[in-house]
Amino acid sequence: MQESALFEYVLRLSDDSLILAQRLGEWCGHGPILEEDIALTNISLDLIGQAISLYDLAAAIEGKSRTHDQLAYLRYENEYKNVLLVEQPNGDFAMTLLRQFFFDAFRLPLYEALMQSPVEQLAAIAAKSVKETRYHLKHSSEWVIRMGDGTEESHQRSQAAIDHLWRYTNELFYEDAHDHALQAAGKVPSMAEMQAKWMATVTSVLQEATLEIPKNNWKFDGGREGRHSEHMGYILSDLQYMQRAYPNMEW
Amino acid sequence: MSTNEWPLWEVFIRSKQGLNHKHVGSLRAPDATLALENARDVYTRRSEGISIWVVESVHIHATDIDDAASFFEPSDSKIYRHPTFYEVPDGVKHM
Repeated sequence: MQESALFEYVLRLSDDSLILAQRLGEWCGHGPILEEDIALTNISLDLIGQAISLYDLAAAIEGKSRTHDQLAYLRYENEYKNVLLVEQPNGDFAMTLLRQFFFDAFRLPLYEALMQSPVEQLAAIAAKSVKETRYHLKHSSEWVIRMGDGTEESHQRSQAAIDHLWRYTNELFYEDAHDHALQAAGKVPSMAEMQAKWMATVTSVLQEATLEIPKNNWKFDGGREGRHSEHMGYILSDLQYMQRAYPNMEW
Repeated sequence: MSTNEWPLWEVFIRSKQGLNHKHVGSLRAPDATLALENARDVYTRRSEGISIWVVESVHIHATDIDDAASFFEPSDSKIYRHPTFYEVPDGVKHM
């Protein structure tokens, strides 16, 4: 039970990283300025690096000699367990940065907690990734503050992004039997604890940005169980095209 | 489209071995914090540095190319200012 729970847990982490990286990669060559184009694709590459380590770990736990490429490129949509938040379209720059901010504010405390995990490889990946994630959060926070407290238009676009994305944020803290088994064994932190830390970060940054937390508490989920939004199929057709069209190709 | 461009910043990076910061290029950013972040992303992706300075380009005062003759040429003819006329004794290292 615990092996399959751990596989599922690590797969969720890696799928979040991979799909968000794919989304950020769409900005390559389209960033609003050269500096930000490079920043977004840097973050994307960090996330792909994390995904590779996490997929390797998941494959080792599973023990069916799958590779990270097979996990990344050769599964069907309902086998991906990423949250709906990361698959949402880039939209405008505010939408991309708010999506990133909500994700980073979740990932940082999670990695910090996982550094204490008795699952050694997972703790090692968390320790390596935490530095990258700390920078990602700094970068996205700085932008949220500047856009929110910037011009009338940047404020309005940022608030619109928050109002749209808020419904996807609760799923970050999704828990099921897998999580409960691992939590009981002391291997992973509780999501309630993560949510409290996330909320503290979000509240303080949005306050500084003069942006408001939506009152509407309507929530979406499904991604953790493999039920995705209509955007996921398009992402996967881009992501998997090479491996599907030319099986086992390398470059 | 807005014609208000962000200010230009000059970027100086100290490499792992180097003691001094060296000018590596320039970039645009709305303020100093983001200038440092942009410099990190644009100029240190291949672990080039351990410290970054950014200076808004308007604060740099440069010599005028037209003054080059009076500024720099006079030193060309004073080779005695270079310590090249001394025999270095065998025991002296690191010269």
